[in-house]
Amino acid sequence: MIERIARLGRWGCDTLESLGDAGIFLAQSMFGKPSAEGMRLWLRQMHFVGVMSLAIVLVSGLFIGMVLALQGYTILVDFGAEDALGQMVALSLLRELAPVVAALLFAGRAGSALTAEIGLMKATEQLTSMEMIGVDPLRRVVAPRLWAGFVALPLLTIGFGVVGVWGGQLVGVQWLGVFEGSYWGNMQASVDFVADVGNGLLKSLVFALVVTWIAVYQGYALVPTSEGISRATTRTVVYASLAVLGLDFILTAVMFGGLS
Amino acid sequence: MFDNYSWESERMSDSPFVTVEGLHYSRGETSIFRGVDMVIPRGKITAIMGPSGTGKTTLLKLIGGQLTPDAGRVCIAGEDVHALSRKALFKLRRRMGMLFQSGALFSDLDVYENVAFPLRVHTDLPESMIRDLVLLKLQAVGLRGARKLTPAELSGGMARRVALARAIALDPELILYDEPFVGQDPISMGVLVQLIRRLNDALGLTAVVVSHDIKETLSIADYVYVISDGQVMARGAPSELDVDRDPRVRQFIHGEADGPVPFHYPARDFYADLLGEGELR
Repeated sequence: MIERIARLGRWGCDTLESLGDAGIFLAQSMFGKPSAEGMRLWLRQMHFVGVMSLAIVLVSGLFIGMVLALQGYTILVDFGAEDALGQMVALSLLRELAPVVAALLFAGRAGSALTAEIGLMKATEQLTSMEMIGVDPLRRVVAPRLWAGFVALPLLTIGFGVVGVWGGQLVGVQWLGVFEGSYWGNMQASVDFVADVGNGLLKSLVFALVVTWIAVYQGYALVPTSEGISRATTRTVVYASLAVLGLDFILTAVMFGGLS
Repeated sequence: MFDNYSWESERMSDSPFVTVEGLHYSRGETSIFRGVDMVIPRGKITAIMGPSGTGKTTLLKLIGGQLTPDAGRVCIAGEDVHALSRKALFKLRRRMGMLFQSGALFSDLDVYENVAFPLRVHTDLPESMIRDLVLLKLQAVGLRGARKLTPAELSGGMARRVALARAIALDPELILYDEPFVGQDPISMGVLVQLIRRLNDALGLTAVVVSHDIKETLSIADYVYVISDGQVMARGAPSELDVDRDPRVRQFIHGEADGPVPFHYPARDFYADLLGEGELR
């Protein structure tokens, strides 16, 4: 019994300690003197993290927009309210689906890759040798990736939303025959820039920070063996997805639930 | 640093460059070092030897400031490595080079860029000068022709030579070799042995070689420390160690399979084990 309580306590202490470590890690790598070399490294990571995730995010956005229109139409048409389709598609995408689904896809596509890459660098002593050369791997390896993720995900989320709204229009207007004027007109009338677009983007900024932070920290702190890398990659996707969904609930409650 | 006279006189003076005092270090419950004292003279090749698993690589990491000891001090050129701020430590490390067992080349850069890396981050030299320096270093390790290859295309021996070229790119005062001879074929082993000796003679740098390849290491070392059980077991010039009477040193230096350090991992009696009942594995 005592043993169990002790184990619980140890687990609690360990968890707190690694949270603290991760916090120091974030602070040390995120803030530093910007340099031309840093910009170059950041651009390179923007390519790997952002541009390379573009295809999966845009295609998913298109399909989600199309499915939303299809599902929405079949329900709305029963009430003769199919004119509100544009509004429904846009609001669900901007407030919820674009930030959340883009973040989940990003965690799977870019987050796991970041963890595996940094982990492999650690396992092959590249990070240690960088330290011995007198270059801080937090600044050189982690910071560009962290900033790239932080900037890339909100941009990808915008792309997701735009393509989704267009996909909804393809299905709703072109295929199911909703009047085009009411699709766009109702959307324009009901979507508020600050409350809907702004809050959606704010969500995606929070998700971007959390997902990238988890991914690079898991890579940096993993046990440098093949088993360690595979575990850390899995942990990145699991933790990041849970964090996104959990935070989404909290953020939604504050933004739209009248809690603020 | 470029003043020939003072450099030469410093080199002759045998003054210590690295001192290790009362070093204690443990990982988890296992104690790895229990009071290690060492003096590494300037401009000499000092070998640290000992059976596998005695923490030789750990010792290098403690000297390089990557690990922090539980007690004791490591001083390099008079500076206490573990009392330095992160920034000062990185500055000190610019004066050191380290050759890793795996080479640890950056996999996203080619051979040329790997060697140029320290020069690019620590100097403002123009590109033409960097090129000259990189080619000089690559020439010294015999791989000038391989500069466009990526680390994945190199053999183990070549990777280690490139890593050596990178380690000496900034002309360090101290170079740490972590098991430089492990897993090398006889030819590249010979090449590496010669390179390490020649670099030391030509550049006058202080070298620490961690190894358990006795013949090769003794052939180039000026001074040898043998560590075992977390302590320095023997020290001296190679010729002195060769005639050391301590049975543990004799066993290690002459490569005898069984002696004070048992060949067998602790186990119960062999006979009883073979006839053992109730235990399937």
